[in-house]
Order: sequence, then structure tokens, then C-alpha cells
Amino acid sequence: MVGLLKGIAASDGIAFAKAYRLLEPDLTVEKRTESDTAAEVKRFRAALKKSETELEVIKEKARRDLGDDKAAIFEAHLLVLNDPELTGPIEEKIKSDSVNVEFALEETANMFIGMFEAMENEYMKERAADIKDVTKRILAALLGVELPAPALIAEEVVVVAEDLTPSMTAQLNREFVKGFTTDIGGRTSHSAIMARSLEIPAVVGTKNATSDIQNGDLIIIDGLQGEVHINPTEEVASEYKKRSEAYQQQRLEWAKLVNEQTVTADGHHVELAANIGTHEDLKGVKANGGEGIGLYRTEFLYMGRDSLPTEEEQFTAYKAVLEGMEGKPVVVRTLDIGGDKELPYLNLPHEMNPFLGFRAIRLCLEEQDIFRTQLRALLRASVHGNLKIMFPMIATVNEFREAKAVLLEERAKLESEGTAVSENIELGIMVEIPSTAVIADLFAKEVDFFSIGTNDLIQYTMAADRMNERVSYLYQPYNPSILRLVKMVIEAAHKEGKWAGMCGEMAGDELAIPLLLGLGLDEFSMSATSILKARAQLKHLSKSDMEALAAEAITLSTAEEVVERVQASTQKII
Amino acid sequence: MSKKSYTVIADTGIHARPATLLVQTASKFSSDINLQYNGKTVNLKSIMGVMSLGIGKGAEIVISADGSDETAALESIETLLKSEGLAN
Repeated sequence: MVGLLKGIAASDGIAFAKAYRLLEPDLTVEKRTESDTAAEVKRFRAALKKSETELEVIKEKARRDLGDDKAAIFEAHLLVLNDPELTGPIEEKIKSDSVNVEFALEETANMFIGMFEAMENEYMKERAADIKDVTKRILAALLGVELPAPALIAEEVVVVAEDLTPSMTAQLNREFVKGFTTDIGGRTSHSAIMARSLEIPAVVGTKNATSDIQNGDLIIIDGLQGEVHINPTEEVASEYKKRSEAYQQQRLEWAKLVNEQTVTADGHHVELAANIGTHEDLKGVKANGGEGIGLYRTEFLYMGRDSLPTEEEQFTAYKAVLEGMEGKPVVVRTLDIGGDKELPYLNLPHEMNPFLGFRAIRLCLEEQDIFRTQLRALLRASVHGNLKIMFPMIATVNEFREAKAVLLEERAKLESEGTAVSENIELGIMVEIPSTAVIADLFAKEVDFFSIGTNDLIQYTMAADRMNERVSYLYQPYNPSILRLVKMVIEAAHKEGKWAGMCGEMAGDELAIPLLLGLGLDEFSMSATSILKARAQLKHLSKSDMEALAAEAITLSTAEEVVERVQASTQKII
Repeated sequence: MSKKSYTVIADTGIHARPATLLVQTASKFSSDINLQYNGKTVNLKSIMGVMSLGIGKGAEIVISADGSDETAALESIETLLKSEGLAN
């Protein structure tokens, strides 16, 4: 079909490519009585053969394109597929119960999945996932449907999905994925954040992407306007060619600012830093003139694998980022897992309210082995650059003190082992819980810096789940309540001679930047792709004018009034 | 039937990659090959069987083979266990 979908512009840029639907097909199984059990066994063996051929192809492709590591999982799948302890009982069940192969397969596989999931050992529990994957593949072969294999995408595509979870995104090959669009999500959902970190255009929350787009449709993702064109007409396509060129042109203009300092019209310097997920993102940070890393999300080191990363693996990753930044500040956030970011191998119980539950520093203080391993890796890496450490989700001063005590213990241990640790590691916290913002003055006496995490701060202040579209109208960065909290945090920091940064999406938002400058924010950390645009904007803003604007904004009653006021006063400049 | 016992020396025990290699090697032979550990016996050609034992470092294991190529099978398995530093 030819069509147009509107959604939320989640990541700048324009992409043209064929659609790749990343969807789980319907594999529902019904129980049937089959008298010709020999024929069912034959169908089963044929499905095994077909699955084996598919897996061999996938394995070889993975080995060639992605390396032995990624291929190993498919090798394990092949063994499960041919496991006599799995196939034997399935054939017996077909014969003894006179049932269809799909039912016998599902029943038998579920028995094994349950057995592995019930094991104490975490590694074993994870094996249940292998059996599930293999069962799905055999079922798909029996039902004649195709399974997606995102890890194997090897041509330029636009990914179309209901939503993209962090683990799905981790499998995507950034060389070939030119953009994506999803049915659900907003500017701060993980799919959107990932798109900005990968620097690929994305439109999320289109509601109908998966129902309207077929595999192979030509898609234009307009990440600037939040539009998705399906099989566009010549006219639309050539219009977009022009827009894409214009966008490239503007980027070239911004690119001239790459080596410049970020200085306002009245000569005030602020720092524009980047949010990153892995050391691979450093290329983008450099290309966009980042003056530091304001948020290094360490979760990605823990995702897309089946066990915790070792101290050595983490050390190597942190060292690479610190060295890569050549002495510029690197703020590393300690593990922020839980909420919507899961690690299957930790086997955390399912929670009713994960965003209000056992996550981030709460988990780290409880599971101290995990926390200590990360801190040791960070401390060891500290001599290779300008490291700052921050703890996520701090709600009380005691949590900060406790986390700091653990850090100091690990430092002392390393030093007594003769390992060098930098003397100048600043220690800060994410301010994302209102209780912490409210007593920022007390925190400021103990921490070296604050980094305001607006995505969570807004959702907690407004009591509105940012993953729930029905309450998305409450995601209001410009609401005076949020601005006042931000002001309190910045002023508390300055009063104690500390600095305050922001690493939420708000920091790179062109409507928020004038206000944040006026409120005195020292460091703005954003997606690397937003840095040059922000630098260009800040060059034209005067800090003293923005102070007056911010002072007025916090006296207004609604977010809409704030937006109008900002637009009115900055229009002539932007 | 032939059999031989070993002590697992690999830090991670017989998980993931080592289990894969063992099952792949055993599957090349026609003999029935079993792995015994902690009072349980599993088919060494079954990845799920091998992994379900949760064999850790220091475990005493017995490998037995029964069939026309049992000697060759045990030799291949021993070569693998030693070359991969899994057991001695």
C-alpha cells in the first residue's frame, strides 16, 4: 500500500530503505487427535531437517558477518534441535497419545523449559531460552511461517516493530539498519534513546506501523517531522531527496562548530557533553564536538549476554572510553538495571511497579558483588583519563553514603594490593527522584556534582509512567514544577561550589535550552547528534537575558504558558 | 563397554562451549556414550542432559562408551577434555 503514518519524531534525520518487519509470528498450537502417527513422525523429522538447514545457514552467516562469538548461540541451538533426549520423547508422545506433532512438541519442550527454569544455577535457567528458541523454530517450520533473525540483517533496511527492547536493539547491525519505526513509544522510550545514540532516524508511536507496512515496502523515515511514508510516490520521494540534502547541508553548517567552545552571546561558557552507551559511540561524540561524556550508560555492558561481565571486561571497556576522550571528563553512571531494563540472567522477580521497585542503586546496594565488581573496574580504569562516577536513583542521603562507603572500601583494597587509582575522581549522583531534588542543598554538602535525569524526574514528579501513552500528556518538561525543581538543584550545587549538569532528554531540547541556560546549568549532556545544533543555538543566546526569561517562566502557571513565553522571546534569535 | 574417570579442572565447569564440544564429539560415534556424575547418568549426545547436571570445577565424572567404536570414542573425548583444559 501507499500511505503516510504520523508518529513522534524520536531521532533526527531522513532514511530511505526497504522495510524489515521485526515481528514474532503467531505460533499458537492446537491439540488434535491423529490416527496416522507415522505420518506425524515424518512431518516432525521433515521440520527438524528444515530447521537444521535454516540454523546452519544462520550460523554460517553469523560467523562470517559477526564472528564466532555470535555464531556460538546457533551452534548450541543445533545441538538442542538434534538432542535425542528432546526428539525421542516427542516421537514417543506422538505415538502413544495419537496427537499432532505440534502439540507433542510443545508439551515436551515445556516440560524441559520448566525443568531448566526451576534450576538453582542461573546459567542453567538461561538455557530454557535456548529450548524456547529452538521450539519456536521447529513450530514455525511445521506451520509454514517465517521467523525474523535481526542479527542477520545484511542489507540496508528500516526496521518496523511494535516496540524495540534494549536486547532486540543490541542485536541490530548498525551498518545496515538505516532507521526504524514502531507502533508504540515516545521520545524518552528506550527505542528512541537508542536511535539517537546510534544516530539513525526514528519515528515511534505510529500505532499502525506493523499493521500497514509489509516486508520489502520502500519506506521513508522522516525523523525531523515524525512522519513515515510507505511506498512513496515519485513526487514525495524526490521532495524527500531535497529535504534530506537540505538537512545534510544544515549539518555541514553546524559541523563548522565542531572544534569550537560553547560560548553564549554574552561570553558565558557552558559544557556540551554526550550521552553514550558503548565505546563505539565515541566516534559520534568526536564527530559532533562533544566536550565530554555526561552520561555513560553502563547497562549495555550487561545486556545481550547470558552472564555478568567480568571485572576485566568492564575494565577494558571503561579504559577504552577514558582513553578515547583524551582527558576530557567522562561521567560514568553505575549499573542502572531494573525498571524496564531487564537482565534475564539475574532472575529478578517480576514486579507490579518496576519503575518504583528494585532497580539501580537499590539493587546494587543489595547485590553488592555486582556493584563491587563494577566499582573495582572503574577505579582501576580511573588512571587512564578524567573519570567521574555517579550513582543512579539516589533517594536518600543514606543511600549515597552507603554507596560511597562501598566505593571507598574497594579503593582501599585496590591500593593495598598495589593497584594505582586516580586521586581526583569526582563522585556525584543522578537527581531523578523528587525527594532528592527537594533536599539538594543537603546532598550538595556531600557530593561533588549533580546530574539531573529529567526523564525519570518528570515521570516521578508527575506520577505518570513514561511508557504509558495514555498519560503521556503529563510528560511536561516545561511545567513550572519541573523548572522549579531544576532551579533548586542548580542553586544548591552552586551554593556549595559544586557543578550541576543534566543528562535527560530535556538538555538537548531547543525549547528547554534557553531556560536551562537561564537557570544556570553548567553542563548539558545529550545525544551526540544534538550537540552541534545546541552549540549553534547557544551562540545566539545571552545568559543574562535568559536569566530574566527563566525567572519569569517559573512564575507562570502552566507548561503551555512557559512554551509560549520562550517562543516569543527567542523567536527572533532562533 | 569401556569407561574412564576424570576430575573437572576448568573454572567454569562443563557449561556452554565445553558442553557443546563434548556433545559434538560424542555425536560423531555410533556407540552409546554416557556421562555419570553425582549418581546420575545422562546421554553424552544430549546437550540438555549434559547441561542439566550442572557440572562444576572439581567434579568427578565417569565417561562410558558401549559399541563398535567405543575405544575410538573414549580416545577422542579424552583428547578433547585435555586439549581444552576441561578435565584430567
